[in-house]
Amino acid sequence: MTTVPNILVLLATLLAVFAGGAFNGLRQLLGAQVDLLPALMVYTALSSGPAMMITVAVTGGLLFDTLSANPLGTSVLPLLLIGFGLQRRRDLILREEKYAQLVLGLIASALAPALSVLVLLTLGQSPLLGWGSLWQWTVMSLGGAVATPVLFVLLGGLNHALGYQRTIESSFRPDREIRRGRK
Amino acid sequence: MFKRPYYIAVALVALLTLLVLNLPGSTTARLKLGIGSIFLPLFGVTAGAQQAAAKAGEALLPKSELIRANQALRRQNQELQLQAMQAAETTRENSRLRQLLGWKEKSPWKLKLVRVIARDPANWWRTVQIDRGSLDGLRENLPVLTSEGLIGRVSAVGLTSARVILIGDANCKVPAAILGDVGESGIITSAGVFDGAFVNLTYLANRANLKPGQGVVTSGFSTIYPKGIPIGTIADARLVESGLYTEAQVKLAANLNALDEVWVLFP
Repeated sequence: MTTVPNILVLLATLLAVFAGGAFNGLRQLLGAQVDLLPALMVYTALSSGPAMMITVAVTGGLLFDTLSANPLGTSVLPLLLIGFGLQRRRDLILREEKYAQLVLGLIASALAPALSVLVLLTLGQSPLLGWGSLWQWTVMSLGGAVATPVLFVLLGGLNHALGYQRTIESSFRPDREIRRGRK
Repeated sequence: MFKRPYYIAVALVALLTLLVLNLPGSTTARLKLGIGSIFLPLFGVTAGAQQAAAKAGEALLPKSELIRANQALRRQNQELQLQAMQAAETTRENSRLRQLLGWKEKSPWKLKLVRVIARDPANWWRTVQIDRGSLDGLRENLPVLTSEGLIGRVSAVGLTSARVILIGDANCKVPAAILGDVGESGIITSAGVFDGAFVNLTYLANRANLKPGQGVVTSGFSTIYPKGIPIGTIADARLVESGLYTEAQVKLAANLNALDEVWVLFP
């Protein structure tokens, strides 16, 4: 029953990382590339089970680090942490609300690069950082925030179109119909 | 809310990630290249689409425009042929003089044209991926340039792709010298997050006579970069570290934001 949504999410993970490496319009325009993985992690954590959340964190993180000069595994931990935190509180989150999606996307997209840089600095790497990084962080956070509701609509629509639909059972039963009037 | 196996699974994945992070560089490089092959069909599709769009654009060009471009290219070709003849004569003369002095002869550069297929998705690195790897003879630390000047060096090589670390990245330091009578040399380092068109030339003498517009080339004090590859021109200079040395801002000759096809140099 959940095969189609899972395949869609994994495909979206691959495309999100690929888009980050192949399309540079936003980078040339605003000086920063927007990462779609945190937004996708918000969607996965709120729409799928724990296994899928872990799969997306591992797959997305490894794919991102493959295209990047990051040491392999750097992006996995931040994504896993975001997904874990969201799933622990998913009962309290109004996941259908656009503003909730926007705020969660903003927080996730701000947290993911900050945690990645923290991991890199812990590993003794020397990423290119400066005052300009604050602007890049802002662009990444806002870009991720905007992308989150769009992803919810897009993936939700695709799920609706391609997945199995739950049949709505009616409480009406012909054998229990009350016959009115006289015979 | 969640059961114990869930927490154990998350902890196990985190632990495995920490293990991967601590693997030796050569192992992770191989793993990266293996995982990266997933993207190859997508890059192929993108390249195909770009070629198709370019062909469609060419088909729409008017004939008069093509004839004009053809004539301009013929003129340029004749000029370049004359320059090449002059350069060949200079090379022969240089070779004779080297023989007379008993100096070792310089081997000519070999170049291989490669295509840039992806940029680093992380904002804190300046690297690109190219579509040639060890199957085409590429190896680590080969200089990479465009017709305008140096852009970086090969930092990791796979079978069919390689990573190029661009000039201006914190991990790409280039020994450089200023052209002309100045004779100063220093190290090219990053100029900041946003200054993609600029780099810093540091550790120049504090009394260096620098003027905007002076050319900067590789100094040759390196096993990676041969001498004389253009890097850019001096834009500005200032004393740093309480006047201990001079740091110059260099405007790069190559546009790092518009890399499409680049040359790998085999010195």
